[in-house]
Amino acid sequence: MANTPLIGTKNKKGQVYTDPNHLFFEAPRESHFLTGSEIIKEAIKRSSCDMSIAYPITPQSEAAALIGELFAEGYVDIYSRGANEFDVMSICAGGSFGGSRVFTTTAGPGTLRAMENFPMWAGSRLPIQVCITCRGINSPLSIQPDTLELYYMLETGCLLWHAETAQDLFDFILKGFIVAEQPDVHLPIAVACDGFFVTHTKDVVLMTPDDMCLPRYDPYRSPVPCMDMECPPVRMMRDPFVMKSNYISYATHASWQQEVRAAVERSRKHTEALLGGLIDVENGDAEILLVSSGTAISQSREAIALMKDEGLDVGLVKIKTLRPFPTAEIKAATRNAKKIFVPEFNVAGWLGREIKAIVEDNQRVVAGPHVGGGMTMPPEVIMERIVRTLKADKEELAHV
Amino acid sequence: MIKRRLNIRMSGLGGQGVVTSAHVLAMAASKENKWAISNPFFGAEKRMAPAEAYTRVGLDRIYDRGELVYPDVIIVFHPQVITMQKSYTAPFYDGLKENGLLIINSDIPLLTKEDKQRLVDLNASTFYIPATKYAIDIAGTELSTNMALIGSVSGITGCVSMKSLDLALQDRFGKKYVASGGTATLDEAIKKKFAKKEQLLSKNLAVVDYAYKAAGTWANENKYELMVAAA
Repeated sequence: MANTPLIGTKNKKGQVYTDPNHLFFEAPRESHFLTGSEIIKEAIKRSSCDMSIAYPITPQSEAAALIGELFAEGYVDIYSRGANEFDVMSICAGGSFGGSRVFTTTAGPGTLRAMENFPMWAGSRLPIQVCITCRGINSPLSIQPDTLELYYMLETGCLLWHAETAQDLFDFILKGFIVAEQPDVHLPIAVACDGFFVTHTKDVVLMTPDDMCLPRYDPYRSPVPCMDMECPPVRMMRDPFVMKSNYISYATHASWQQEVRAAVERSRKHTEALLGGLIDVENGDAEILLVSSGTAISQSREAIALMKDEGLDVGLVKIKTLRPFPTAEIKAATRNAKKIFVPEFNVAGWLGREIKAIVEDNQRVVAGPHVGGGMTMPPEVIMERIVRTLKADKEELAHV
Repeated sequence: MIKRRLNIRMSGLGGQGVVTSAHVLAMAASKENKWAISNPFFGAEKRMAPAEAYTRVGLDRIYDRGELVYPDVIIVFHPQVITMQKSYTAPFYDGLKENGLLIINSDIPLLTKEDKQRLVDLNASTFYIPATKYAIDIAGTELSTNMALIGSVSGITGCVSMKSLDLALQDRFGKKYVASGGTATLDEAIKKKFAKKEQLLSKNLAVVDYAYKAAGTWANENKYELMVAAA
């Protein structure tokens, strides 16, 4: 599964390289009360991360600065600041091409500024991990949480996981490296969480001991040669096919894009084993379902409790991976639902559209409620939307 | 009223330790094995700009996060929250639940006739506490105002004990703490006010304790009950 010869030996900080399955599922866990930003640091401390590049001026979190502390303490070998987010992601690419396990963070406008690099990472098969602590991307400046930037990430070729809580964030960061680095996947991974709601919120997290860490990344398991100027993908960047023939260029790029997407799909089996499936379903037999990801799930859980008190039975489908998208799982989980609500922290309702595109009888899907611009979504708002919709449906039925 | 969850909204100004208060209160709840979650909400980190933070304490797992729109308790850290509308909601008590509690840091009444009537309609209670005065008298610095306010909410609601607050304060100020640039600067400022870290802790704790008792007395005298406990 990983760099097995190292397992059982110690790194220079005295941490024991531990079999990932043991670390994830068997190692003892202790309860801590920390913010999401602190959790990112704790996960990276246990990740055998070689390199991290920071641009902490973006409205994001303290995570990048905290990883700087890990560098000072000797847990991360290479750490520097980029001139901007585009620069950060480009330096990350260089490190990953050179065979390092690379981690960085970004948020909101920073994610968009860096955007050109994400499909480049995927096309170059670089298993870099970027933690996106979602923030608003519009002008005037917003520092509040908003998941619109994830919409832009969907077709970059990166794996895209969305953490609901700080606990998810801890587990997803560690597990994300392992899935992204599989030879049949070998793609960048974006582990997203909602800024403020997770990064700045203190919550209980069960953590593995800090004297145990993941085995190091083994670059020789890469499906593409590292930094070989005569082989793809570097050859393709250095010597574009379009210079030779349009036809060859189209064929090469089309097949390579398909290969990247196929690699995203191949990550399913590894992800299912580590995350226990791409979705979680609770009370799936209910006629009304809430389907979403991230903090919208936490708010939905509270709304479900409120509605239970009012005698309304509502189930929950939590989406953990946005790429690969759990198409078959969502179709199966929502098959018997009469109404499917998709609450989202963005104005576009992109997740609602994704779900409408895959489920049968998609008039059952209500894309909402939405909040935008960093607004909070109180559970009462979710409940009110459901009650109002059900009432309107009943009235319509009465008129028929 | 006994509830399984207490939702507390803290409205103040940048630099007053609003965010720190929410975190300390949640940490204290966590110390006594209650479920708690705390998070801040603010714009640019600027002194005297509106700043809010929220603590949710309860007996069951808490998922709700973000701005607290329907609080049981509102704590006003600075008169300007009321007088200059330095609040994310207008009026500052918008969303307060029925039978809720207002704790206001002021030694003079600040509510208008209309405010008072709306609070009466909600059957809400108001506790004025001169928190800044307590901070100056006991700790010798207005920077301990927030301590008096977390003491008062704990004294009235019993959401956390003095022992847990003591442990949480030791966690927050007794060891290296992760903070943003602005908070780190203020941390340094308050540390300079005291010769030793132990003195900082003991003075702050004395402020908390004084307010805890004063608020508890007010609750007893007014027969006000709002507690987190199993029904």
